[in-house]
Amino acid sequence: MSSLTRTKRPSKRPAEAARIPERGRKKLGYWLYFIPGGFLVSVVIFYPIVRNLRLSLYHWRGGRAAEHFTGLDNWFALFHDSAFLQSFTNIALVVIAMVVVPTLLGLVIAAALFDVVGRRFGGKVSSLLRATYYLPQILPIAVAGVMFSWILKPNRDGVLNQFLTAITGHAVTVNWLGGQYSTAIASTMVLMIWIQLGYPVVIFMAALQRVEPELYEASELDGANWFQRFRAITLPQIRPEVFVVALTTTIAALKVFGPIFILTMGGPSKSTYVPSFYAYQEFIKGPDKGYAATIASAITIVVFVVAVIFIKVQTRSERKDA
Amino acid sequence: MTATATPTTPITPTTPTTRRIAGTKHKKRRRTASEWIVLTLSIAGALLVIAPMLLLLINAFKSPAEYANSNPLELPHALSFDGIKTFWNGHNFPRALWNSIFISGMVAILAVILSVLNSFAIGIGRVKGRTWLVLVFLMANLVPQEMLFDPLFKLYDKLGLLSNSWSVIITFTVIQSAFGTYLLSSLLGTFPKEILEAAAVDGASRLRSLRSVIVPILRPTLSVLMVFFFIWTWNEFLLPLAFLNTSDSLTVPLVLQQLNGERQTDTTTLIAGTLISIIPTIIFFLFFQRTLTRGITAGAVK
Repeated sequence: MSSLTRTKRPSKRPAEAARIPERGRKKLGYWLYFIPGGFLVSVVIFYPIVRNLRLSLYHWRGGRAAEHFTGLDNWFALFHDSAFLQSFTNIALVVIAMVVVPTLLGLVIAAALFDVVGRRFGGKVSSLLRATYYLPQILPIAVAGVMFSWILKPNRDGVLNQFLTAITGHAVTVNWLGGQYSTAIASTMVLMIWIQLGYPVVIFMAALQRVEPELYEASELDGANWFQRFRAITLPQIRPEVFVVALTTTIAALKVFGPIFILTMGGPSKSTYVPSFYAYQEFIKGPDKGYAATIASAITIVVFVVAVIFIKVQTRSERKDA
Repeated sequence: MTATATPTTPITPTTPTTRRIAGTKHKKRRRTASEWIVLTLSIAGALLVIAPMLLLLINAFKSPAEYANSNPLELPHALSFDGIKTFWNGHNFPRALWNSIFISGMVAILAVILSVLNSFAIGIGRVKGRTWLVLVFLMANLVPQEMLFDPLFKLYDKLGLLSNSWSVIITFTVIQSAFGTYLLSSLLGTFPKEILEAAAVDGASRLRSLRSVIVPILRPTLSVLMVFFFIWTWNEFLLPLAFLNTSDSLTVPLVLQQLNGERQTDTTTLIAGTLISIIPTIIFFLFFQRTLTRGITAGAVK
């Protein structure tokens, strides 16, 4: 049998044979291979999920204190909690910084590196530049965060303040992270863009390699300029990668924790809270762990719903293409 | 100068070079000025990306006195290793380095093994409901970590695993294997059947086919996964922060975070510490640059 016909077989048929042919042996034996994975995922992932979902229905001070069942009280409180609502507003900004800007900039940079730098100045230059853009992706967030908070130190000590003082000629003493909401959230957004940018660049550059050069040549003969070519040929061809980048970075944005924890600690006065950080703070310091569990559960539900929607849209658009 | 260069961009700093180099040699046509501008912008962007690290490098070797009296953008007048020494000795960095290597290394190995076992049953065994099973394992990747942190903290407390590397190793073995299971399942779903049949004809058991036929063929992918699991685990922050509390259980990011939190920390020590914490990552990156870029794309589209 050729490999082509095999991959086209519908994958949802109920009783499919295992791919290793064996006479008279049940497929049941394969379940044995799930024992370690299944056990670990139940303990490490599903036990906490169930526990927190249950806890979200209780008030609990933690430790030896008794749990009080409250039904959906915590959930109703969540929707009237201005700190929680503010933290979700911030998520919109985080999505801009982690998804929208890196994806758009990533498209431009990937196209520039692949189309122009790679073709006209050599592959070595373009892969060196690609590696440079990617570097922040593999730095520990704690390290990147400490580095940025050093640069953004308030008063005259800060590197950025000194730099601006040198340029403008008069003393700049902005308290970037602790002063006011606008500079604090903008600073964290810059850090997020800085970290995220390399990921779409690398993925899109790899995707561009799949685009057939004949298509480009044809469009060049038709007199299309670079931008027309990019819109009509490049973008549709690399759409699967754009989807993957959007999905993975959106999920990462919804769960974002590190940049806030290290740069602002949610301040000034809780204005830069994100849901993850809020849940963490409530678990550590809050008076009601039931409420903390509610916040964490809410994020989990949102992440799950977003992931399912993304995958649905993706399979639908793939089906349309096929 | 090339014909197209003049109308698009008349004045740029790169024009003189354009003339010189474009004249030398190129396969088809000369490089245009706009192409040079794209190159210049790409390089400028890349410089902007590594600028913070360059700043660290400049300032890590200043003595505290020099740092206090100089502009951070200036090069140091004399090399001083004070900051680096203080950090290295005061924070037991070698221990943190070992902890990070041990944790990330164990996770890389164990998570790959777990991914192979899971995906063998899903991709080769084609057990019932495998689409759902992939989703179940993938949950480990979707769940935000603060959902896990409180229950797992109590669990590890009961088991006596707090401040023990194994609490982090177990947790991240599961989390990382989610991606591995997902990727390998789809790979094994299209694994060449002829090879499996040949192994079965030779009388190989399932476990044996897995060990001596499938794993060797998958080895390039598995090594990519290992590199990824290693880096991802190395960079983890929230759960290690929760589980590791004694000073000799800390990982590299945690040591740096602790240093950052201490009020009396000298700025040069902090800068030196940040620089030192970056070095292992950079070494690793240089070693595995190719594997890394190959790997990210392997994950993107199957």
